[in-house]
Amino acid sequence: MSLYNHPLKAKEFVRNDERMHWHDKALWFVREKRDLASKSIPEWEKLRTYAAQIKSHTMANLDKYLLEFEANAKKRGIKVHFAKDAKEHNEIVYKILKENRVEKVVKSKSMLTEECRLNPFLEKRGIEVVDTDLGERIVQLRKETPSHIVLPAIHLKKEDVAKTFHEKIGTDEDNSDPSYLTNAARENLRQKFLNAQAGITGVNFAVAKTGGVVVCTNEGNADMGATLPKLHIACMGIEKIIPRAEDLGVFTRLLARSATGQPITSYTSHFHSSVENGEMHIVIVDNKRTPFLQSNSYKNALNCIRCGACMNTCPVYRRSGGHSYDYVIPGPIGSTLGSFRDPKIYKTLSFACSLCGSCSNVCPVKIDLDSQLYTHRQDLREKNIISNKKRVTMQFAVWLMNRPLLFSFISKLARKTIPLLPKAVIYNKYNIWGKHRDIPQMPAKSFKEIYKEEFKND
Amino acid sequence: MTSKEIILQNIRKNNLVKDLGLPSYSNFGIKFDDPYSKFNQMLESVGGKTLFIKKEEIEDTIFNLFSKEKEIASNSLYFKKGNFFPNEQEDAHLLKNIDVAVVDGNFAVAENAAVWVSNKNNRHRTLYFIAQNIVILVDKKDIVHNMHEAYEKISFENISYGTFISGPSKTADIEQSLVIGAHGPKSGYVIFIE
Ligand code: SF4
Repeated sequence: MSLYNHPLKAKEFVRNDERMHWHDKALWFVREKRDLASKSIPEWEKLRTYAAQIKSHTMANLDKYLLEFEANAKKRGIKVHFAKDAKEHNEIVYKILKENRVEKVVKSKSMLTEECRLNPFLEKRGIEVVDTDLGERIVQLRKETPSHIVLPAIHLKKEDVAKTFHEKIGTDEDNSDPSYLTNAARENLRQKFLNAQAGITGVNFAVAKTGGVVVCTNEGNADMGATLPKLHIACMGIEKIIPRAEDLGVFTRLLARSATGQPITSYTSHFHSSVENGEMHIVIVDNKRTPFLQSNSYKNALNCIRCGACMNTCPVYRRSGGHSYDYVIPGPIGSTLGSFRDPKIYKTLSFACSLCGSCSNVCPVKIDLDSQLYTHRQDLREKNIISNKKRVTMQFAVWLMNRPLLFSFISKLARKTIPLLPKAVIYNKYNIWGKHRDIPQMPAKSFKEIYKEEFKND
Repeated sequence: MTSKEIILQNIRKNNLVKDLGLPSYSNFGIKFDDPYSKFNQMLESVGGKTLFIKKEEIEDTIFNLFSKEKEIASNSLYFKKGNFFPNEQEDAHLLKNIDVAVVDGNFAVAENAAVWVSNKNNRHRTLYFIAQNIVILVDKKDIVHNMHEAYEKISFENISYGTFISGPSKTADIEQSLVIGAHGPKSGYVIFIE
């Protein structure tokens, strides 16, 4: 198993203090925009309840809705494929491209194709794949992965982008003006759109009753990619299904407001057939999704609509950067998805959570993210997956907390003695917590003591 | 077993999700005293512009807005004076030099300044995206308050494609600075016809 480790990776990011604070602020700004947008809708909480309700209803009947969707899409001439895992997904896509003699593909942002590692798969087989979302294009040119699901290049400063564009598409090295850089990318990508023989897009929502899919973007890249070439391949996880078109009313209102604070994305396109004389394919992928339905603790994780709000609000994500998660989806939702799918590899992720609960409070579909992460820790311990050091410390804490008298005594002792100890003793190699932190000043009285006294005075 | 059967079987096997039923949206959602001013305010906030004009003023208005642009395409029922005819082009790629696309919107949504665009008489979907600028014409009476009312108006039975457009295309992928004009149009006008 890999040596992946969130604390270690986060350490790299945190080393650059200035950049860490800048990253934190940039995301907090997005979170604040989300708050403003949500407050402008009096029925916001009702919308969240409805969204959770629709998703749960769909998941309870997912087999029926998938079949209904397939039948209706076929009636419209769309070809529907099912893939049990990433490998099969990639093979299906490649087969369609090969049959159509496609050499150049334009792709719009899709976390699913990232999850399946479609780009390297196709590139190895001689197909040029160009990511067309600006943020994705930037990270693609840098040979990086997205560090956020809505803002893939949020970890980069404009000077980084200027350098990348200078090297790859020949822009002026010293010009890091976002308008200039965006325009250069626009011109460059326009040629790619015009030359591509196929467009691959993700799917935000697939409507069972109508047999069509909905794709939301601000840039219009999915739309260009799906309307210029004759061939459109849309790739979706099984969980993207919703029952009826009217349910889109709920999700289109929640998605962009939760993601960036916009009232809606610039384009919300409803594809219900191919372009004239073209072909449209939909690939429906499981890839370790169905086991969630069989777990009472984690089933809600499938309801996610990928807005990214939980990341923007997460104090840990904001300060450790998306790449420190080393999972295709970072932040709270990624931590729970990753820990459930591959607990051995991602055993450190649920411990990255501070349990502040902010993610669950902003989630538009009310996923119980913080409780899921809390439950993961126990599961990992039960399965004996976490490190020995962590296990022993936790065991000792449990033992101590089960002995209230001893616990009060030890804390009292600590309050008195720690301030007297020399630093070298406190910050020893066993104190992992103290590595980047100072121990706070010890209060004279514990909370319990103050509480008791106040209670007496009442 | 095919992959489809495997997936369906995996879903059915011990599915613990409780069925909560589906909500109904009748008479649900925010309403505005003046939906036009809300629409206007929202469109401006996303970099677009709203105009209100009389039918007779359509041509002059559009030519004034875009006096310097060369290729003006239209499939609008209101505006027929374009000099490029997208529906006559066999290949969508030939639309690549369009400076202005004038199209009809079916109706507008006040809460988010989106316009539902699904023209049966439009041959190439790419017209909405490939043009450098877009003008959407909407009959003034065709406005709804929110997205629930919007989806009530749409029937997907007979349409193969439709999109909500809200303002010009845009991105904030570089340091969160908003830049208008990503891949699609660099300006977006919605003209209500009185
Ligand atoms: S878990 Fe909720 S908040 Fe996070 S991305 Fe998914 S829908 Fe958005």
